[in-house]
Amino acid sequence: MSPVTAATPAPAGDLVLRCTNLHRHLGQGEGRVHVLKGVSFEARRGQVDAIVGPSGCGKSTLLYLLGLLDQPDEGQIEINGQRMSNSDDLARTAARGAHIGFVFQFHFLMLEFTALENVLMPMRKLAKLAPGAMEARAHALLGSVGLGEKTRRLATQLSGGEQQRVAIARALANEPAIILADEPTGNLDMKNSAMVFDLLTRLAKDHGQAVVLVTHNPEIAQRCDFTRPMRDGLFV
Amino acid sequence: MSPNLRIAFRFLTAKKRAMMMSLSCTILGVGLFIVTQATTSGFESFFIKTMIGSDGALRIVDRIQDTMRSMGVSGAAGIQVRALEGVKYLEGIDEPRRIIEAVNEFAGVLGVSAVLKGDVQISSSFKLERAQIFGIDLAQHLRVSQLARKIVAGRLEDFGKSPSAALMGRVLADRLQLTVGDSFVINVRGESRRYRVVAIFETGLRDIDRTRLYLDLVEARSLLKKPTGATFIQMNLDDPKRAPALAARMVEMLHHNVEPWQLREVEWLQTFRALRISSAITVTVFTLIAGLAMFNTLAMIVIEKTKDIAILRSMGFERRDITQIFLWQAAIVLAFGAVGGALFGAAVTSAVEHVPLTISTLFKTDHFLVEWNPWHYVEAIATAVVMVMIASLVPARRAARLEPGDIVRGTAQ
Ligand SMILES: Nc1ncnc2c1ncn2[C@@H]1O[C@H](COP(=O)(O)OP(=O)(O)OP(=O)(O)O)[C@@H](O)[C@H]1O
Ligand SMILES: [Mg+2]
Repeated sequence: MSPVTAATPAPAGDLVLRCTNLHRHLGQGEGRVHVLKGVSFEARRGQVDAIVGPSGCGKSTLLYLLGLLDQPDEGQIEINGQRMSNSDDLARTAARGAHIGFVFQFHFLMLEFTALENVLMPMRKLAKLAPGAMEARAHALLGSVGLGEKTRRLATQLSGGEQQRVAIARALANEPAIILADEPTGNLDMKNSAMVFDLLTRLAKDHGQAVVLVTHNPEIAQRCDFTRPMRDGLFV
Repeated sequence: MSPNLRIAFRFLTAKKRAMMMSLSCTILGVGLFIVTQATTSGFESFFIKTMIGSDGALRIVDRIQDTMRSMGVSGAAGIQVRALEGVKYLEGIDEPRRIIEAVNEFAGVLGVSAVLKGDVQISSSFKLERAQIFGIDLAQHLRVSQLARKIVAGRLEDFGKSPSAALMGRVLADRLQLTVGDSFVINVRGESRRYRVVAIFETGLRDIDRTRLYLDLVEARSLLKKPTGATFIQMNLDDPKRAPALAARMVEMLHHNVEPWQLREVEWLQTFRALRISSAITVTVFTLIAGLAMFNTLAMIVIEKTKDIAILRSMGFERRDITQIFLWQAAIVLAFGAVGGALFGAAVTSAVEHVPLTISTLFKTDHFLVEWNPWHYVEAIATAVVMVMIASLVPARRAARLEPGDIVRGTAQ
């Protein structure tokens, strides 16, 4: 486990995530594609980065690597100064649980569970809070994404946008140092997009979390601290 | 509840039909295992109980003669000599009193009775039948057999009152058309003596009930012209399972051939054993099917829940947790299956126990024989646990091996 925990806000500007020269090929044989062609990137506490670019340029692929869900063919990933790209599955899993909150491009809730249970899931796994505190925090998080009334609903009984907001609340559950969100506002109307984006930026500013989001929405990209345009597997 | 157990429960309830399928297979497997064990060992234990109850747990049958001394004794009248693997056995027991005294010193021996046996012919006014007379001292013999409980007509107390009193097997009495109070004649070596049936017994073992006739030992000695000695000495033990060990010690100390019940009826016992094992193998197939059903259910859940697996892995659940989630599902089904199967097995066993069934060949019963033994339940559940857990390991480990990156890209297989 890394000595740095997400719960202790560090001064803004600290480097929490750095990757250098990431390469990733996908597919096999004839269909093998060089998707990422040497991407380097940094994320700092209290800072919101937007990755933008045309469909298929490799944004999600990069985010999976940064979220330690996938491994690069070449290059380094450091989280809180620790090299993660070559570490074993257990270490990467532990880092995911403690330091990273991931919002998938396609909302990905666990459908047999209620909104509340979905948000509780990472907290129960980490088991850092008392059960009562977990519930209170889950309720608060769902409230902050505008779902305070629907905490007991099964995921299947929520709309696409609502599910996405639950997924965002879940990504924030363990107060991760890094929040990686793949088009978190993709399914949302203007009002909810604004709410989710405001929540993410507020977290970055107040708790010193690093937020990296992928977006196709130019308005949102514009409001981020930095915009990283990507094309064909490289930042331009 | 641990997060993994909680998730396991939800995954199962999401796949109700498949889960019910493996649950019923488990219930069926455990239940049928119990029923077949209860019935096969029911007949076996009835046979053993009746056999020990009639002929005792241990019998001292022959005297062992070391070859050095064989010349001196072999001349004695009426004693046959046969050789077995270099050891000579002199049939019968010369000094029953001395042996009985010695045997009484052994711990675990509850009763000892000397028996003089002889083949005779019996004639009633209707028929002639071959029979075996067993000369006994009733008081002693009641301590090594369940004869008192096997009387179906007449009074046992009348046996000691007169030397002509006889206890006759049920089938033999029927064949001779004799009832309590009737008299009959025993012919042996040209001599005839008249006796009276004072009671009729039925052990349930047909071989005994068809040929056996009990007389007082003193009368039998006079009839068979064997004033001393006995054919065998019958013993009753507090723990019949220890018979072979005790027999081995007695052989050494008494220089007599001592036969435990396990050896006496070895053919039947082996037949029962083979039957029990073969039926156990058959019903193990049912638990195998329960295992396959569980495999199928879990494999289905793994495929349907790959996205959930990726989500869980993304929030810090380890491979080990994923394995555990799927093994928990098997364990939940097993827990319900074990309880359901035990209840089902007990219900069927008790139903079978009341099935009327008339057997009168090897032994006599009018209903299905079952044995109520908690070990059958333990064995059945243990077999199901092993089968189902082994079958679950494969999908559980497959689920754990899935890479979250492959899943979210849709390239996991
Ligand atoms: N299994 C695969 N085999 C081969 N190529 C793949 C595979 N998966 C993805 N790709 C390719 O990798 C490239 C990057 O995909 P990625 O999902 O990262 O794009 P993206 O930038 O997130 O696009 P979008 O904005 O549409 O989500 C795409 O061109 C895609 O065709
Ligand atoms: Mg994408």
